[in-house]
Amino acid sequence: MSRAAPASSSGTYRALKEKDTEVERVEVELLLEAIFRVYGFDFRSYAYASIKRRLWRRAQAEGVASFSALQERVLHDPTCMDRLMLDLSIQVTSMFRDPSFFLALRRKVVPSLRTYPFIRVWHAGCSSGEEVFSLAMLLKEEGLYARTRIYATDLNETVIKVAKNGIFPLSKMQEYTINYQRAGGLRSFSEYYTARYDGARFDPSLMENVLFSQHNLVTDGSFSEFHLILCRNVMIYFDRNLQNRVLDLFHSSLANFGFLALGRKENLRQTESEPKFIPFVAEEKIFRRADKK
Amino acid sequence: MGFQHELIVVGTSWGGLRALEVLLSTLPADFDRPIAVVQHRRPDSDDTLARVLQRHTKMRVREAEDKEPIVPGRVYIAPADYHLLVDDQSVALSTDPPVRFSRPSIDVLFESAADAFRHRLIGIVLTGRNHDGAIGLSRIKQRGGLTIVQDPASAESPEMPAGAIERACVDRVLALDRIGPFLGQLRQR
Repeated sequence: MSRAAPASSSGTYRALKEKDTEVERVEVELLLEAIFRVYGFDFRSYAYASIKRRLWRRAQAEGVASFSALQERVLHDPTCMDRLMLDLSIQVTSMFRDPSFFLALRRKVVPSLRTYPFIRVWHAGCSSGEEVFSLAMLLKEEGLYARTRIYATDLNETVIKVAKNGIFPLSKMQEYTINYQRAGGLRSFSEYYTARYDGARFDPSLMENVLFSQHNLVTDGSFSEFHLILCRNVMIYFDRNLQNRVLDLFHSSLANFGFLALGRKENLRQTESEPKFIPFVAEEKIFRRADKK
Repeated sequence: MGFQHELIVVGTSWGGLRALEVLLSTLPADFDRPIAVVQHRRPDSDDTLARVLQRHTKMRVREAEDKEPIVPGRVYIAPADYHLLVDDQSVALSTDPPVRFSRPSIDVLFESAADAFRHRLIGIVLTGRNHDGAIGLSRIKQRGGLTIVQDPASAESPEMPAGAIERACVDRVLALDRIGPFLGQLRQR
């Protein structure tokens, strides 16, 4: 049934509407402040629209009707915080997501990496590890994996455990096979995994040179110097200020002319960090660190 | 322009390409209110949609990039396989799971825009075969925005407009070729 709408809303009504969204914003900010002070995780500089959706999903799952009610539960029930942590830190990803990016990595970045006797890669925000495995396969096929060390980090220890297992849903293999082929894969994708029940277990040798560890991009610093940093579709959840801070961290963690790879729809335009990176394959969002001044 | 609406959000799926072509080409030539669009499409689609739509308008049509500022004269298309959201003065992307089987999701765009722009927002639902957008359009109405739905009789697929009319409080039900001129008239008031 359709209902007729009032022709226009009165001024009072409008003021109320604004108050709604403002009160909600205050509630969200208080909740994030509380999480920071009690649990030490700092989500205060996350992009508001997307974190609010995730918080609201958690509120609904917990059966509470407001962000304030969620705050009370989070503060008094650490298991609720665990559940919320998963909501806030799981990034959905896939193997060889954006095949053209991995093709550019293979064709344009690998030749430079070849010149190093030892290659250090930082995979920041690796989540459940699909892209780490993708990168390991690519480097193996290019004959570089033996002299590479991949540091795969994520905020969330639970997803790191999942990544270490190297078991991904069998139902995804068709999609991943197509991605792998489009990304310039040199072998048959099925050689890399064995099917068990409804999971595909990937060749453990792909993980030989991967070091998984917890690292918080918001609060933790640089821990080495890298030739390549991948951080794809992680910073879309950050506001511009936090993005700039993290880009600074990447800048100081890259070797001279080291590579930074961002997601397909991320950009450095109009950020303070823009001068620090030179587009290398612009359409695939691969940058090089500008010369150390 | 004495026009309180600072942003227009549009959602469509099946038949959306033609509907968006008509909507953009029937706007006044000097129309410059920013427009954010979710058109359901395959996850591996490229930017063809933006390039095709560009032929029908003087506004700058591009796939949205994360944290791009919302400025007059631009049309922001949700990239394939990302959700498009609106924060205060910029767009934001997310790779969160599909919502009601859709990524990009119309509801996600509409709900975030309703919260950020409140009464300064217009929401439009066009042709489509599912019910994405109905919940988001209700939120726009609830926050004091203006809601418009394409007349199901003029839609290639009537389900999406009909679902929106059924669920949301709709201000105007208009034939496809009347929506552009109606937006133009709003400026004259």
